[in-house]
Amino acid sequence: MLIWIIFAAMTGAAVLAVLWPLGRRAPALFADAAGATALYRAQVAEIDRDLGRKLIGAAEAEAAKAEAARRLLRTTAEESEPAGESEPSLRRRRAASAIALSCVPLLALLIYGAYGSPTIPDQPLAARMKANPAQDFEMALARIEAHLAANPTDGKGWSVLAPVYLRQGRFDDAAKAFANAIRYDGATADRQAGQAEAQVLAAGGVVTAAARESLAAALALEPANPRARFFMAIAQEQDGLVPAAIAALKALLADAPAGAPWAGPVRSRLERLEGKPSTAETIASLPEADRTTAIRGMVDSLAARLAEGGGSLAEWSRLIRSQAVLGEREAALKSLATARERLGTDPSAVAALDGLRNELGLQEAAR
Amino acid sequence: MFVEIGHFALALALGVAVVQTIVPLWGVARNDPALAAVGPAAAIACFLLVALAFGCLTMSYALSDFSVENVAANSHSTQPLIYKLTAVWGNHEGSMLLWSLILVLFGALVALSRRSLPVKLRAGTLAAQGSISVAFLSFTLLTSNPFRRLVPAPGEGQDLNPILQDLGLAIHPPLLYVGYVGFSITYAFAVAALIEGKIDAVWARAVRPWTLLAWTFLTLGIAMGSYWAYYELGWGGWWFWDPVENASLMPWLAGTALIHSTVVMEKRDALKVWTILLAILTFSLSLLGTFIVRSGVLTSVHSFASDPQRGLFILGILIAFIGGSLALFAWRAPLLKQGGLFAPVSRESALVINNLFLATACATVFIGTLYPLVLEMLTGDKISVGPPFFNATFVPLLVPLLLLLPIGQTLAWKRGDLLGAAQRAQVAFGLGVITTLAIFAFVRGGPVLAPLGIGLGVFLVAGAFWEVGERVVGRAGSASAAWSRAKGLPRSAWGTALGHAGVGLSVIGIAAVAWGTEAIGMLRVGESLTSGRYTATLEAVTPRIGPNYREEAARFRIVANGAELKPVEAMKRVYTARAMPTTEAGIRTDGLGQVYVSLGEPDGSGAIAVRLHDKPLILLIWIGALVMAVGGALSLTDRRFRLAAPRRAAASAALPQAAE
Repeated sequence: MLIWIIFAAMTGAAVLAVLWPLGRRAPALFADAAGATALYRAQVAEIDRDLGRKLIGAAEAEAAKAEAARRLLRTTAEESEPAGESEPSLRRRRAASAIALSCVPLLALLIYGAYGSPTIPDQPLAARMKANPAQDFEMALARIEAHLAANPTDGKGWSVLAPVYLRQGRFDDAAKAFANAIRYDGATADRQAGQAEAQVLAAGGVVTAAARESLAAALALEPANPRARFFMAIAQEQDGLVPAAIAALKALLADAPAGAPWAGPVRSRLERLEGKPSTAETIASLPEADRTTAIRGMVDSLAARLAEGGGSLAEWSRLIRSQAVLGEREAALKSLATARERLGTDPSAVAALDGLRNELGLQEAAR
Repeated sequence: MFVEIGHFALALALGVAVVQTIVPLWGVARNDPALAAVGPAAAIACFLLVALAFGCLTMSYALSDFSVENVAANSHSTQPLIYKLTAVWGNHEGSMLLWSLILVLFGALVALSRRSLPVKLRAGTLAAQGSISVAFLSFTLLTSNPFRRLVPAPGEGQDLNPILQDLGLAIHPPLLYVGYVGFSITYAFAVAALIEGKIDAVWARAVRPWTLLAWTFLTLGIAMGSYWAYYELGWGGWWFWDPVENASLMPWLAGTALIHSTVVMEKRDALKVWTILLAILTFSLSLLGTFIVRSGVLTSVHSFASDPQRGLFILGILIAFIGGSLALFAWRAPLLKQGGLFAPVSRESALVINNLFLATACATVFIGTLYPLVLEMLTGDKISVGPPFFNATFVPLLVPLLLLLPIGQTLAWKRGDLLGAAQRAQVAFGLGVITTLAIFAFVRGGPVLAPLGIGLGVFLVAGAFWEVGERVVGRAGSASAAWSRAKGLPRSAWGTALGHAGVGLSVIGIAAVAWGTEAIGMLRVGESLTSGRYTATLEAVTPRIGPNYREEAARFRIVANGAELKPVEAMKRVYTARAMPTTEAGIRTDGLGQVYVSLGEPDGSGAIAVRLHDKPLILLIWIGALVMAVGGALSLTDRRFRLAAPRRAAASAALPQAAE
């Protein structure tokens, strides 16, 4: 609200500044003849000075003076008639005032309305540093990055950062971060598998030779690691060993604990390998409008199911993320609020939801 | 909130600029002083609003407010404060805001200069200037808005382009922009004169200080840019005939012609139509320069903004303002009253010759710069027009101009005496010839043209001061009389002398480049390299950590002819945020020359590539430009005729007695 009062005051000041000369009694004419007289008088003085310094002869000086006088006469003769305080003049002033009164605020509001963001407050860095880092995902990330830039051998730090990069789609950075975590804090199956995933995604879905090495290292440490097994199956598929890939994925599904979040993608991959179009592919092959409808339908059914009660953190996160991506900001905010109510007893879930909120820019509109 | 206040202020400024364009123009057309009086008020309001916007953006940079997209893209929390501030214009959006700020600043200055301007001319000028403000404010707001917000705000910015993190480049754009934009006032004056249909000595007198101001700053800006390229790009050259450099050289050449032709107009009431055309062309070339740099039609070190859509917008502005003003010129110029004729041998004829040469030189640069672009656009062929073209066309045009300069300077107005002028110039010419011969005699086996160039430079410097010297010393018997005569000379005479002497100094510096030498070698610690007069010994290579970069600094001991200079350091830096390397040349000034060391790549076995240059007299190139600018500034402060007339009249009355 305050900002609109300030805007109104600024507009008022700008309009007044422009209107002010229209309100004053103006001189009746452009008093320019006086200036011309002064100039030509000075010119004559300069001719005299040149004469004194013997730069020009007496006859030339006379001629020059005569020319200056002629110019002066010409200028004063041209002086136009004043407009004065006549009726048309007053009408013109009113019209000009109307232009100023309408043009300035209208243009400003039009352009600012189109490009401005009056609800976003200033966010100077110092203030953000002081605020709780948990509320500002980007700040927290920047802090970890700055910490690691100063202490590049902190393997634990890299292992925190790597999955974040992976989620943000910064695959190359993620691969480097996993590699650093392994180098400075030792290899684990999860880190090796994570590095493999980052390498695969960075290569556009192709399991490269380097990714295979990482996968092999992960499986050597933990033969049952589901992520490594999944990408190994994809590698087999790439090599043309489709039946082996299918067998590997089926085995993976058989080992999956109930409600494993990764079971979905594995299942759809398997369906595709077996020649059945997966749900995701069916949607992808639809025309643009239908596709949006289908996706919305899925999101809405998930929302309806969760609205009835329950829902895990993963499900709520998926719903909120989908709604935010689809541009349904209001719905996403509502889901977020409901999720916080339902999962309020679990502090780690609340923290995760807060992180999600910051990541998706779902802060309440600034007052 | 301040970000948004700045944004709103900029939008308001656009509205005010529209009023500034329409209402005063109406006043001029209807001869109504009340409407015309809106011009100055609107111009000042517009300036305050844009200044507020600029201040708000600067504050966002100072406080690292990364919720502003522009700040996030061009700043970093570890950047030193000075570069946080200069980053405001170290990017496309911010530099357009700076452009607009300087534009409206000039408008406000015109609005405030009440005494030196006829009211009607001022109103017309402000209206024309307002239209330029409208164009550039809408360009900034619609296509290059520096106040766009970013949600959620990133925790860290992407850092300013490291090549721009340098004090030289921090000052270069504002200087250059004051030059470019200053010519917008001259342009506005020309348009106002065409609309009013009246142009006379009053006009010339009103325009003169603005033209000189713009020219002075443009000179400084170009010199600064050249020096920056010399020490930052690390290859020791000082002018590359790069299109971006040419873009600033063209308005400079046209502006130089303009300051000379306005003198003719002021003194003799002649050359009016040509002066108007020059005023229009000069600003058109400034706009063209902006277009070339900002549209991304070419890729060079300066093109930190490349966006074809913006290019189209600027092209529209270009066509509207150049085409519009030339159409106005074609329509109204025949109505202007022509001035008198003048004798073939006179100061004014000499100035016409000066204008012809400068305009032709400007045209060659224009062709050399734009021909490759147009050809590429039409046929897709890429050709490069480099130094050979300009050496073959531009230099031969400038040499006769410079040879004639000292003679023209001593010619009298109206009817000059060519023989007398030549006689007066002969001492200076003699000095030049003697210098050349002396160099030929003492330096063997060097470049052939360089001694001639030095001779030309000496001729120019001597010729520039000869005239003043003659006026001061020639007719005064004693030192005190000479002093009083020197004080009595108009400041513009001193300005002329300094300006022309500056050209001479630069010519000497440029000619001396031919004696420069270069040596390249792979050095280990303790080894040395010799080039020309200097021997550099690599003493140590130390890694260091700066606020936002890491660097390898190599220390060199410099020995010149047995005497040891202070050591120099050359650096290779990597700016961490962008992982971008830069080189920082090590430069030690020795008299007017410099020794210049820059680092190349290490070979992996402990040796590092080093380039060592001996650059004799190189500083004269920029000192010459500085002297030129001082001349321009001195001439600018000379407000003869109106303000200083009574005092000067008394002084000149006293002078003849002093001489006797």
